Amino acid sequence: MQVAESQISLETAKNLGLNEEEFKKIQSILGRMPNFTELSIFSVMWSEHCSYKNSITWLKTLPRKGKHLLVEAGEENAGLVDIGGGLACAFKIESHNHPSCIEPFQGAATGVGGIHRDIFTMGARPIAALNSLRFGDIQNKHMQHLIRGVVHGISSYGNCFGVPTVGGEVYFNDCYNQNILVNAMSVGVVKVGETVSAIAEGTGNPVFIVGSATGKDGIHGATFASADLTEDSAEDLPAVQVGDPFQEKLLLEATLEAIQTGAIVGMQDMGAAGITCSTSEMSAKGNAGMKINLDKVPTRQANMKPFEILLSESQERMLIVCKKGQEHLLEAVFDKWDLECEIIGEVTDTQRLEFYQNGEKVADVPAQPLVLGGGAPVYQRSYSTPKYFDKIAAFNIDTIPVPTNFVATAKKVFATPNLASKQWVYEQYDSMVRTNTITTNKPSDAAIVRVKGTEKALAVTTDCNSAYVYADPYIGAMIAVSEAARNIVCSGGEPVAITNCLNFGNPYNSEVYYQFVHAIKGMGAACEKFNTPVTGGNVSFYNQTVLKDKTEPVFPTPTIGMLGILENLELHTTLDFKQEGDLIYLLGKARADLGSSEYLRLVHGITHSPVPYFDLEEEFVLQHNIKSIIQNRLIQSAHDVSDGGLFVTLVESAMVNTLGFEIQTDTTIRKDAFLFGESQSRVIVSINPKNQVDFEQFLLKNGIENTLLGKVNSKNLSIDGEDFGQIDAWKQTFDNYIENILED
Amino acid sequence: MKFGVVVFPGSNCDDDMVHILKNVLGQNVTKLWHKGTNLDGFEKGDCIVLPGGFSYGDYLRSGAIARYSPIMNAVIDFANKGGFVLGICNGFQVLCETKLLPGVLLRNNKQKFICKNILLKNNTSNTVFTHKLKTNSIINIPIAHADGRYYCDEAALKKLKENDQILFQYCDQKGAITEASNPNGSIENIAGICNKERNVFGMMPHPERASEAILGNTDGLALFQSLIENFQKASLA
Repeated sequence: MQVAESQISLETAKNLGLNEEEFKKIQSILGRMPNFTELSIFSVMWSEHCSYKNSITWLKTLPRKGKHLLVEAGEENAGLVDIGGGLACAFKIESHNHPSCIEPFQGAATGVGGIHRDIFTMGARPIAALNSLRFGDIQNKHMQHLIRGVVHGISSYGNCFGVPTVGGEVYFNDCYNQNILVNAMSVGVVKVGETVSAIAEGTGNPVFIVGSATGKDGIHGATFASADLTEDSAEDLPAVQVGDPFQEKLLLEATLEAIQTGAIVGMQDMGAAGITCSTSEMSAKGNAGMKINLDKVPTRQANMKPFEILLSESQERMLIVCKKGQEHLLEAVFDKWDLECEIIGEVTDTQRLEFYQNGEKVADVPAQPLVLGGGAPVYQRSYSTPKYFDKIAAFNIDTIPVPTNFVATAKKVFATPNLASKQWVYEQYDSMVRTNTITTNKPSDAAIVRVKGTEKALAVTTDCNSAYVYADPYIGAMIAVSEAARNIVCSGGEPVAITNCLNFGNPYNSEVYYQFVHAIKGMGAACEKFNTPVTGGNVSFYNQTVLKDKTEPVFPTPTIGMLGILENLELHTTLDFKQEGDLIYLLGKARADLGSSEYLRLVHGITHSPVPYFDLEEEFVLQHNIKSIIQNRLIQSAHDVSDGGLFVTLVESAMVNTLGFEIQTDTTIRKDAFLFGESQSRVIVSINPKNQVDFEQFLLKNGIENTLLGKVNSKNLSIDGEDFGQIDAWKQTFDNYIENILED
Repeated sequence: MKFGVVVFPGSNCDDDMVHILKNVLGQNVTKLWHKGTNLDGFEKGDCIVLPGGFSYGDYLRSGAIARYSPIMNAVIDFANKGGFVLGICNGFQVLCETKLLPGVLLRNNKQKFICKNILLKNNTSNTVFTHKLKTNSIINIPIAHADGRYYCDEAALKKLKENDQILFQYCDQKGAITEASNPNGSIENIAGICNKERNVFGMMPHPERASEAILGNTDGLALFQSLIENFQKASLA
């Protein structure tokens, strides 16, 4: 509710999510008491979501430079990478966790819409979407409602918008029972030199709002995203936005067409904090100000208050600064697409944002102090070693009995939602629209999207095993980067850059902040090693649930979205075994390691064990070797060993063409670790036997650690001579496991 | 021969269709904005394509609003004069709304959007759109829709059969028309039909997504080639 200026107090500020120190700082910036509208503006701009106040210090330590980067992290709405041939790729991942917990369909849908807008506001056409989803116990009825809602939301929005969802990950763990994670990524392509900046320049230039009308949805959404979810959070429903993918599709086409007119000076989409955020960020970037008449903003309902219009997070809107005198060019395009296109104000040289309604000035604030990198608060938080590390240190592999029945154990490991096929999920996404998705019919570890008009393709993937990050934030985050890179390398690509989505608990919890700091350090070290700078992303704190007597943070989940390039599609390497008789090799070293494996959790009920074995240098060498093996055209398939271990990797390679395999394990390593351990830096490849001599010579010459495991056969699975049954039966379990639970 | 690809607000397979016709098959293709009121320059023997997508968001009922786009009067005219009209996915839904094709497309029986490769039995080679395929041959073409459950009443179904208007049926690997191979609950597994005059074609699967070797599937090419070859023969005659 709006409060009269005379009644503004610390209490009002606190209700808006500001603390005492921040409230004082606002008064000193303005030199007076703010009115309610102004206080609201500060509260959203200084929310964690917009200001990164608790994370920016550490984010700045990440490597953010690279020869391919045209736009560095934080400069624009998304990073921009030169992919050669006069083209650039804009890509970014973002969270929409809290809205999706409360209203899964709209929460997930608008997450997809928001991230696509970040890409096309730069002038790039989105050509692929990915996501990373974390759910709790799949057997829980409410969780099933959330899963169905999120998948339906992504499907409805993305499919209608017409950009294929080409990849992603879905992971289940009880730590997400009260706080699911929905991270969405968009990848777009633009000609170098045709991008648009989010800047306001040129005093007197008109400011347009285009796209949908402004409604009361999503007010204080950014503040909502910056607080713990509680039992009362469902009452915050109006803070969740409602998406309209049809409007977004029109906005996309109209925006790209409008850029071609040359009339646009700067443009920014409206996401969190709506008009407030776009006007202040564009003004701050251009050292300009704006005079905005709120009466001109097309609204969905009458009598909206100034703070409602300013804070509304109604979707599918853009703010555009147009060259004065060229308004008609812009208006013609938006008229063609039947979209709202209104001049709501002009650029000034005051460096202040002045908002008017009914002829009265309702807010007057300086732009710079509102924004990240300007005057928004920056905090250093303290951190302390998590107590649960003791439990992890106490783990002793020798107390874990080696199973006696490996067939039964393998079946148990296989029948889990984390390892089962996500077919029920991804078949609801249009994965093929725009006819660039190579991996529909030629599956590989990363999704491959061709760039029409060139020989090139993009390799994209999202990865993070959060159980590893929980066990060891530093190494776990290094593994997340490494796995993403490994997936791209195994697909024939060269890793180029990453975007990250950092999902953590409450930053004021010192153990959570320990996880955050160490994950950033690990991520930074791995990004340096692979020469994949961070181009942007987002931080989502407060992913935890406050119950009556305790707080439960989610596993630290720094999701990596990685971009790679295939200079030529002939390098594309698929993951499936091709024909009977092909030889199967393990590249990399097998180890007696069970740390943080699905096997330990599922078969032995162990929730605390160390991160799997990982050495960054070893990983780097392995990936280097895989690249040269692929360049020398020596292999038929490559598939990295990840969740579930070697056994699951083999079955995944075998299932695609309904083939089988017969292998021997290494008797010097306990068999459960050999088959189900998740030690890193391993890849399964298959080769045509006629290339055996060449291949083995290559391995020898380059000193590549390897084991000949066995060969591909017609349809049977055999390990050390023991019959593991037919591939059809495994495929049946794999394909139907999740569907059987969710389609009851 | 010329192709015209109609762009409704919300069409999203228009570029894909243009890409196949123009870049892969070397045809003369024009995009047609939905606010246009005529098809000047198009003659009998040319083909108008209504592409896939979500015209007007499909908010009322798939294809129901697009049917009233200004250009549709011209398309209906063109079809009634014997011009070829092809509707893919949302385009098929629009053609049913215009009554150029009989029946309707209902929400999939599992109430969900489905995108995957699917096998189709070519039911008849006796059209300009399918003559390069042998009758009863099987092709693999992806579907991507939420409203693809073809339905018509018994009288209409009887006519479809009598007049050999059923083009494609969802089938299994042996070509059998089974319940398990029916992805959306369509009546008699119907995936595509034509009108009695055999110049208007509609199908839910997307042949434009299966027409390039680089994508690993070229089963859709035969359909476009049928149209083109037919025209070439007609112009020679």
